[in-house]
Amino acid sequence: MNNMEASKFEKLRFVGSRPIRHDGLEKVTGQARYGADISFPQMLYGKILRSPYAHARIKSIDFSRALALEGVQAVVTSSDFPKPWLTDETGIDSKLINIKFSSNNVLAGEKVLYKGHAVAGVAASNAYIAEKALDLIDVSYEILPPILDVMQAIKVNAGIIHEGMFPYPESGLIASEFNSSLISNSTLDMSNHHQGDDSKYSNIAGYYIQEIGDIDKGFMDADVVVEREYNTGSVHQGYIEPHSATAIWNRDGKVTIWCSSQGHFGMRDQTAEVVGIPASDIKVIPMEIGGGFGGKTTVYLEPVVAMLSKKTGRPVKITMTRQEVFEGTGPTLGSYMKVKIGATKDGMITAAQALLAYEAGAFPGSPVNMGAQCIFAPYDIPNGKVEGFDILVNKPKVAAYRAPGAPAAAFAGETVIDELSCKLNIDPLLFRLKNSAKEGTRRISGPVFPRIGFLETVEASRIHPHYLSDFGGPNRGRGVAAGFWFNGSGPSSVIVNANADGTVSLIEGSPDIGGTRVAVAMHVAEVLGIPIADVHPSIGDTDSIGFTSMTGGSSVAFKTGWAAYQAAQDLKAQMIERASDIWDVEAGEVNLKDGKFNHSTNQDLQMDFKELAGMLNATGGPIVGRAAINPGGAGAAISVHIVDVEVDPETGKLTILRYTVVQDVGKAIHPDYVEGQMQGGAVQGIGWALNEEYIFDKEGVIKNPTFLDYRMPTSLDLPMIDTHIVEVNNPGHPYGVRGVGEVPIVPPMAAIANAINSAVGIRMNTLPMSPPVLLEALWANNGAGKVYGD
Amino acid sequence: MSEKVHIETNINGSQVEFLCEPRQSLLEVLRDVLDMTGTKEGCNDGNCGACTVIVDDRIIDSCLMLAVESQGKKITTIEGVAYTDRLHPLQQAFLENAALQCGICTPGFIVAAKSLLDREPDADEGRIRQWLAGNLCRCTGYDKIVRAVLAAKETMKNE
Amino acid sequence: MDHIGGAALRNFKYFSPTTLGEAIRLMADQGISTKILAGGTDILVQLRSDRFQVDRLIDVKNIPEMNELSYSTTDGLLLGAAVPCYKIYEHNDVREMYSGVVDAAFIIGGIQIQGRATIGGNLCNASPSADAIPSLVVLSAICLIEGPNGRRELAVEEFCTGPGKNALAPGEILVALRFPPTVASSGAHYLRFIPRNEMDIAVAGVGAWVSLDEKTHRVKQARIALSAVGPTPIFAKEASEILSGLDPNEESFELAAQAAQKAASPIDDMRGTVRQRVHLVGVLTKRALRKAVNRAKES
Repeated sequence: MNNMEASKFEKLRFVGSRPIRHDGLEKVTGQARYGADISFPQMLYGKILRSPYAHARIKSIDFSRALALEGVQAVVTSSDFPKPWLTDETGIDSKLINIKFSSNNVLAGEKVLYKGHAVAGVAASNAYIAEKALDLIDVSYEILPPILDVMQAIKVNAGIIHEGMFPYPESGLIASEFNSSLISNSTLDMSNHHQGDDSKYSNIAGYYIQEIGDIDKGFMDADVVVEREYNTGSVHQGYIEPHSATAIWNRDGKVTIWCSSQGHFGMRDQTAEVVGIPASDIKVIPMEIGGGFGGKTTVYLEPVVAMLSKKTGRPVKITMTRQEVFEGTGPTLGSYMKVKIGATKDGMITAAQALLAYEAGAFPGSPVNMGAQCIFAPYDIPNGKVEGFDILVNKPKVAAYRAPGAPAAAFAGETVIDELSCKLNIDPLLFRLKNSAKEGTRRISGPVFPRIGFLETVEASRIHPHYLSDFGGPNRGRGVAAGFWFNGSGPSSVIVNANADGTVSLIEGSPDIGGTRVAVAMHVAEVLGIPIADVHPSIGDTDSIGFTSMTGGSSVAFKTGWAAYQAAQDLKAQMIERASDIWDVEAGEVNLKDGKFNHSTNQDLQMDFKELAGMLNATGGPIVGRAAINPGGAGAAISVHIVDVEVDPETGKLTILRYTVVQDVGKAIHPDYVEGQMQGGAVQGIGWALNEEYIFDKEGVIKNPTFLDYRMPTSLDLPMIDTHIVEVNNPGHPYGVRGVGEVPIVPPMAAIANAINSAVGIRMNTLPMSPPVLLEALWANNGAGKVYGD
Repeated sequence: MSEKVHIETNINGSQVEFLCEPRQSLLEVLRDVLDMTGTKEGCNDGNCGACTVIVDDRIIDSCLMLAVESQGKKITTIEGVAYTDRLHPLQQAFLENAALQCGICTPGFIVAAKSLLDREPDADEGRIRQWLAGNLCRCTGYDKIVRAVLAAKETMKNE
Repeated sequence: MDHIGGAALRNFKYFSPTTLGEAIRLMADQGISTKILAGGTDILVQLRSDRFQVDRLIDVKNIPEMNELSYSTTDGLLLGAAVPCYKIYEHNDVREMYSGVVDAAFIIGGIQIQGRATIGGNLCNASPSADAIPSLVVLSAICLIEGPNGRRELAVEEFCTGPGKNALAPGEILVALRFPPTVASSGAHYLRFIPRNEMDIAVAGVGAWVSLDEKTHRVKQARIALSAVGPTPIFAKEASEILSGLDPNEESFELAAQAAQKAASPIDDMRGTVRQRVHLVGVLTKRALRKAVNRAKES
């Protein structure tokens, strides 16, 4: 920890303590109400008909037989949604394209674009009847060949997923140049793309490039250059709560929706767009959310239940099955990547180059631009070039997943860094330290870093007992990797009410996924000097609190914490004003300290917070503090992970022996929940590294849409996950907070790959590094030389 | 259409009667018929443990038991874990150790852990991890859950 | 039409007979699709995934013969087909005498599954990857079957006839499994390979049983069985016989492992590849034999 900066917060009373969360009791007793835990009299149950094909044109949908089934009340298809993009005579603008894409993802339009793509919704008196009705909907498909990965998608005549929409980009040329300059026998070759009519349009929905310095000169200056090629599979966020939504469309046109999401304002606005009514006609009431990790930021069911309720005049609820969650939501991207880094003999990076081709799924919008900005961010790169491609494939539209875009990129970047440090015989953490980005470093993407804690985090890792310990033994190894994440912010609104008994009710707009209610409440307690338990936080619905952006981008403790701080300051100022009125003194002479109002000179004038709160109604009326802000300066997060592994050379199975997460958190408001984020992110990354993957057959059907065969880690697969909190305060937040939630998923895959190399001398370049993959690599290594390594 | 069946069972110490179709799982009846939504559905195929309940002193996945099979059984759900005047030590330990983030898996973990500590008051970390392997948590990485169970074990020994 | 199920379970009638005779009568009714419900951990998942539908489920957990769990030195072990896994590994005699069965009961699903799932059900379900079956085969268990035409007995290795298919005739019920008494200086072990440490389906599994000559300490007899490497669990006859008369050492284990690999005929699927599975059979055979031999020496 940097003591100079930490001293600013030494005297905090509540920030940094570990109180019991306010919503905890309801959650350990089963009283908390999650998405599927709500029901109404007369409620109908809905089900979704989903496509059996990964790519097909819908010729017709006939649901007359379904409607005739006793108990079935309504069926909706995409024809029930408005199509604003068709009314525009001058052509489709980008906003309308986005509406088309989100509408068509909720219920398919002209084509189904992935196995599990929603085609129709049914409402019936119970779920069994609704399910049966799905069998009675006759959909006629013209089956098209599915396009299932990046390499297939960019081939000429591969077929076009969105016809007439994405002209072949100039970037095709850039990519082929990149190929010749970087890796000679590259497979991402687009040089033939101008032949034939079919090549006018492409499956490349986006292209990004960032450059700094002179990349050719940089590589010429290098003594050692490492280049590698990577492939990673699609993985799912894996939250345990399936999506569920319930809606009532009243006869006055007002709609109420109950759902669990990472942002109920976003659910409201997206639903309004898809169903074509003003957002102000929709009220979304947030239920407790059973995990999201980015996957509960877009609408899937909400517009469907709304339309079914409109048609039936009754409440309608749809809850997904686990299979629907796997096939119809999430996942995050599969990728193809190439990375090349050069360094001098004394370990200074001279140039770094990367090509990232990310699968967007069925609609544009992979986080490749974010991956591109993160891949080399921890380092001071004098000459750099990063290109990113957003590529359409017949898989579910990718959703955000914890530090979207960064983990795959870091897997590639951090394993090349490790290999370079091995080749140069420099300790991998020392290598990172030498090249560390710091305040003032210009990133390849342009911005200059403010104060960040990379140096401190690497230093703390180098002297951590784990790093200093012996990991010896056959087939054992140690790996390290670093990770970077921007952290986000956004609009946030908070209201605090002083209650007559001296407690304060706090209304915020950020859904609480992992303990943010208590962290936000702690800001209020700190400002007012009242016990944390006396601050009563709740999440307001979209009509009860001002707009608040979603719980994502590790933003809540930062933006909503800050809003709570400011709302509490507002409340405090008004209460000081009131005390000064009562005492008939100047407001400037009244202070609030440790929950007591006092006069700066007259010691007889004292009142505790509770006393004044009890007098408010009679002395001028209640006091409400408010804040509605959109703060900048979120402050980037840096994490270093250390892992010891043992490889069973006979089976390719890997055991995690010890794991440590070192992370700059700015300031830990509630250290328990900060550690929890570090541990949880690391373990999701361990799952991604070891076993998690979507297994598709050649028709694009997911073969493992269950928790049996989509293998997330169990408690028996893991050791305790050690955490070491580094606090390099973020100058952009009243208490120095940096977001903590996302960055811990960035390093694990690379750290484990590096540990595998340390254990058995093999450089892995695919995810997951599951037993059959590792076993094949071991055989290749023992047989015809090190295919995967040096 | 098969007729509904009348079932009498004991849930959390109370005699309970309900009507159900044979195809309905115990989980469905708990949640949709009896409005006991503390027991959660995560997968409906016995792979996540969110629906764990105790039936006649054994934990089971309530998604994999038909409600009709509960005739004459003794069932404990998350709603029946706390004492009348205070939380169960496990519930308290989960709060004090921050062993939950989103909380959707928490009822299943607490019910499963209660069953373990009731029968094996000395369970060590390895045994706890093995016993809880049928309960998935996606938020915590299990570290704080295991620590909470270890802490509750000590409290329960001293009770 | 294919769609994603979850609650598409068709209605059925539920019966919970208290006598075997009643159960057999219910099973024998013509034209009514009927299935047995024991632990329910497979059949409810299968029904929901639309693999098949039934008109009747017969819950056999209230039939005394099917809940039998008894051991005697003369008759061996009698294991009712409706006995859940936990009762097996919590039974002192079984734990001591039939550790191979305990190995399997202890790794089927998690604790919740073990509270319901039965070894009998695991056998009737006849999954190629069933964890219990190799142990039943190597311990020479006999299926006690009862049906409209009376009782019959069948060696376990003849029970599974294909993936999900068994030798029960229409109306027949697997009532119990009978294991011969354990012999001195014998031991068994079952282990499998899975990517995680619990909650997975075997990529490959091997059960081994050995009895040692008390004087020479050589292998008198051995039995090896495999799972998840063929359409049914496989009794690896050659691999078993090759060990007779040999010293129980790495060299002979290697011979057995190679023979076991020859007996395997796996497929590529989402849980494993042919190469991986054949390789694993070799690795697991040796590991199973090492532990079985250790147990035999300790017994």
